[in-house]
Amino acid sequence: MAIYVILALDVLNGISSLFLLCLGLAIIFGMMKIINLAHGEFIMLGAYATVISANAGVNIWIAMLIVAPVFVGIVGLVIERCLIRFLYGRLVDSMLATWGLSLLIIGIITTIYGNTQQGVPTPLGGFSIGSYQSSYYTLFLALMAAVMMAIIYGVMRYTRFGLVARATMQNPAMAATLGVNPARVYMSTFALGAAVTGLAGGLLAPVSGITPVMGGAYVAKAFMTVVGGGAAILSGTLSAASLFGSVNQVGAYFTTPVYGEVIVFTTAIVLIRLLPQGISGRFFKGNL
Amino acid sequence: MTLSRRRFLQRSAIATSTLIAAPAVFRSGALAAENPITVGSLHDQSGPIGTSGTPMVYALQLAVEEINAAGGLLGRPLKVMHYDTQSNIQLYSQYAQQLAVKDKVDVVHGGITSASREAIRPTFDRFKVLYFYNTLYEGGVCDRNTFCTGTTPAQTVEKLVPSAMKKAGKKAYIIAADYNYGQITAKWMTKYCKDNGGEILSTDFFPLDVTNFGSTISKIQAAKPDLILSALVGGNHTAFYRQWTAAGMKGKIPIASTTFGLVNEPSTLDAAESDSIIGAYGYFEELTTPASKSFVEKIKKAHPDSPYISELASCTYEGVMLWAEGVKKAGSIDRMKVIEALESGLVFDGPSGKVSLDKPTHHTVRNAFLAEVKDRKWSVLETYTDAKPADTASVCDLVKNPNDVKQYIINL
Repeated sequence: MAIYVILALDVLNGISSLFLLCLGLAIIFGMMKIINLAHGEFIMLGAYATVISANAGVNIWIAMLIVAPVFVGIVGLVIERCLIRFLYGRLVDSMLATWGLSLLIIGIITTIYGNTQQGVPTPLGGFSIGSYQSSYYTLFLALMAAVMMAIIYGVMRYTRFGLVARATMQNPAMAATLGVNPARVYMSTFALGAAVTGLAGGLLAPVSGITPVMGGAYVAKAFMTVVGGGAAILSGTLSAASLFGSVNQVGAYFTTPVYGEVIVFTTAIVLIRLLPQGISGRFFKGNL
Repeated sequence: MTLSRRRFLQRSAIATSTLIAAPAVFRSGALAAENPITVGSLHDQSGPIGTSGTPMVYALQLAVEEINAAGGLLGRPLKVMHYDTQSNIQLYSQYAQQLAVKDKVDVVHGGITSASREAIRPTFDRFKVLYFYNTLYEGGVCDRNTFCTGTTPAQTVEKLVPSAMKKAGKKAYIIAADYNYGQITAKWMTKYCKDNGGEILSTDFFPLDVTNFGSTISKIQAAKPDLILSALVGGNHTAFYRQWTAAGMKGKIPIASTTFGLVNEPSTLDAAESDSIIGAYGYFEELTTPASKSFVEKIKKAHPDSPYISELASCTYEGVMLWAEGVKKAGSIDRMKVIEALESGLVFDGPSGKVSLDKPTHHTVRNAFLAEVKDRKWSVLETYTDAKPADTASVCDLVKNPNDVKQYIINL
């Protein structure tokens, strides 16, 4: 019995970490149609910001929840002003530019901090269910995923910024006619997406291997999830993250980790074949 | 002065030919003056494997400096021709050609991953350049032109598994990286576990980009092993040790690893995550013998920010020194004469202790050490003297088949 509770926690862990990893990308890709191939490097920057500040004596919670998103948000802002703003509507060019950007960020971090592991200890401890052990950090990640979902929903649905942002994404020309400055909206949306990604990096820092090239392990799955989720940022990303996260964990538990990966990718292929617009293109039309 | 077209062309032609000829003239002059013995070096100093390669280059430079300080070899100084292969196999092939054909070096030390070694070994065979591979690997290379000075599984896994079993118990669970190193090492772990009366509950392989080990940790708990044997590789896989600690499993089931701590995991992970993990290698920076202490001191003095000085560095140092002994004994840098000298049972006392070359396999008989992580450092528990490369010896005999040039797959 206890093993099923543990397995359920694993699934929860898989879903919430995938959701956190994808949310920022969903904002940038889903809303702005910029293929940000440097998404993995934004995660890495968030993790580095957390580790470096925590090791410098900053409280680990502040390092994760404040330093990481603020730092990566600022980096995102600078990158948007210097690079991304010239690329709106140029899908292929944006891929090439952000790929170059990802190499540049990896190079910079390697030069500064070296090509080695970094680490912070995991806060919170473990707890036991029957004879099995699990970690409170899993529950914390799930909580954070729920909180992030609530915040993004609240901002997008109930604030003026959210309304303007959604309007600009739907029809920039019309929004501009009504007095909105689309360039500014794009800029803040990109920075918001970067900050959310940085937060994900910070939250995952205590349970990942942190190296300058760690982003590569996340970027493919993040894109798969966002594309599988479709246009709706929240309902799409959440449904796709739930599907892939649970398939991966259950698959890895009952077969081997290798097949766990294979099953996820197979699921993604079948999903895109059946629902080319993603899950939310079919089931949550018009939702956020 | 008026410059006619004809004169202009004439002068240009003279100037150009002088410029083109100059390097050749100067270079041959310089070579004749110094006439150094050239040592080629192919190591990754950047890219994912850069942290492993950097101390190897430091060790190679140290060995060459010491030989030069003692008057060089055969009265000639040594000169290092080093190329940073940037963790890129294509660059290995390219620079190997360059060392052999253009630089015409007298010996090459280098190669880190097995893939890089197999990319350059044929080149050195073809151009008859003596080659030293100074890295621990899965064993089986059988080539008269190549000397492998690192440890093989028979020298380390054979010690690691039984001592870990003695400490923890007989039921083991193997987790390993999903490529040739992990697959082969898992086989060796299985063999030594069974040889010692143990049982393998399960063997799980992980692609190198797996980052979430939650379900594996649950699976391990369900299987209830006494011991975990790990051959996980790379930055992403370090997440396993983190998540294992986060789940509160640390200390409940001991972990022994063939890969943990070869680079710098103990010093960068939190003490709670790495404590009491067991490893076995041919050398540890923490060894307290005088030779080891002075070796570490010299490298740290020249390069205060050097990454962990592991078996990779000590074997490189010992590899260069063994080659130098060979040249001295042969009294020549002729390749065959040096090989014959090296095959005569040469011995060198290095940082890891006595190292001798084994004639039939071209591998080394060397000490192996068992250690445990304590407070972010390795604490050496046991020393096994004169560990033999028995795995390679079971398939390779260069005395009988001197023309072998292949890597055998050792069947278990």
